[in-house]
Amino acid sequence: MTAIAPVRTDILVAARSRLKGKGVQPMADIIEARGLARAFVTDGVVIEAVRGVELSVAEGEFVAIMGPSGCGKSTLLHILGGLDRPSRGEVFLRGKRVDSLNEGRWARLRRKEVGFVFQFFNLINNLSAADNVELAGLLSGAPLSEARRRRRELFAALGLEEVAGKVPSRLSGGQQQRVALARALVNRPAILLADEPTGNLDSESTREVLNLLRQYRAEGQTIVLVTHDARVASAADRVIHMRDGSFVGETRIEDSRDRSRLLSSLIDLEV
Amino acid sequence: MRYALLALLAEGSTYGYELKQAFERLFRPVWPPINVGQIYTTLGRLERDGLVRSREVEQSGRPDKRVYELSDEGRTALANWMDAPVEGTRLKNEFFMKLVLATLAGTDPGQLLDRQRGEYLQALRDLDTLALETEAESPARLLIEGAMLHLQADLRWLDRCEERLGDGLSRFRAVGTSAKETKRNAATGENPSAVEETGR
Repeated sequence: MTAIAPVRTDILVAARSRLKGKGVQPMADIIEARGLARAFVTDGVVIEAVRGVELSVAEGEFVAIMGPSGCGKSTLLHILGGLDRPSRGEVFLRGKRVDSLNEGRWARLRRKEVGFVFQFFNLINNLSAADNVELAGLLSGAPLSEARRRRRELFAALGLEEVAGKVPSRLSGGQQQRVALARALVNRPAILLADEPTGNLDSESTREVLNLLRQYRAEGQTIVLVTHDARVASAADRVIHMRDGSFVGETRIEDSRDRSRLLSSLIDLEV
Repeated sequence: MRYALLALLAEGSTYGYELKQAFERLFRPVWPPINVGQIYTTLGRLERDGLVRSREVEQSGRPDKRVYELSDEGRTALANWMDAPVEGTRLKNEFFMKLVLATLAGTDPGQLLDRQRGEYLQALRDLDTLALETEAESPARLLIEGAMLHLQADLRWLDRCEERLGDGLSRFRAVGTSAKETKRNAATGENPSAVEETGR
């Protein structure tokens, strides 16, 4: 497995100074949802996947939404990222209402402001890893030279330089998810949305991807992640528990608790 | 520490100080720091129980050294310990008691679950951080991973508890209300099945 280089902070610093240039207040809410609901009708039966969710995510915050499969967490994430529309309620991205935008405007905004990472990577199989990422840059309107420069920076930071020319099927799951992460970050999005990003990875690759998310979080990237996996959720600053379409609880997680006695508390000293 | 010392002596006779060093090589950083006094105390008890023998060895120009070896009884005790599987259920869960008693104590079981979930998630984060700070080859990593898997199971169990609480008038709440009924029924002399359930 390729060793991971430390995350390049200059990329994110540049992204933040760009934000300031737009006159955005620091620590403002990046994304906000009010009274969000989504119902589906299947064979005449109404299924309420999301029921009245209120959510605010501050700039630089890492939020995990945790719940069993079918609790509505992926539907919620798709609505936040504009891949789905709510039946009721409003979504604001940096204070600007986005759920009422028409499809074309939302799509253009999404390419620049929202980065997505999915469980099954969703890479284009007949494009190289590098082209997958550069294409996302080009689609958002960046010139090729700029898309390539950003892609190179990200591949260096994510330890992907040696696999840049390979197609996704030649890469391990962990490498594919790092390519997907690079694709999600290439346009320096206001928010990174991750849908079960480690759901298809082994334990070691899971740790790798979580470390990367935490590193980007440390550099100021706002992240919302949904997962059924408690270990993945525990990487976040705030864990929201979701059940049957509603938020039922919330907990904050600290970075540093005293770990000096933790190891010896795990064994039976009486033996 | 008893069986660790018996196992270390199974390799051959040795001195207290060497046992301390061998023990630390195996168990650091899992075991808290030990001093050689703890080793001698444990060796003394093992000798008293007939599992270990010792004798003085003369040293030129230095105080005598005591060398320890495993007795036949000690070898048997070690083999018996190794052969017996460790008990399967390790759940000594105080939280279960709290959950069952919450309504009686006027505590919202939902909040109880929420707080406990927060504690487990924080413990998971702490262990994950500790794993990063621990060498990948260290036996401590295995211990940490085991503890994390247990915590994940604990969290799933909290979900089960929550589902039960969510099933309308839950069994836990029913226990709480029937306790009041018990008093009332005791006064009226009635003995419905709800009382039996409380008594169990």
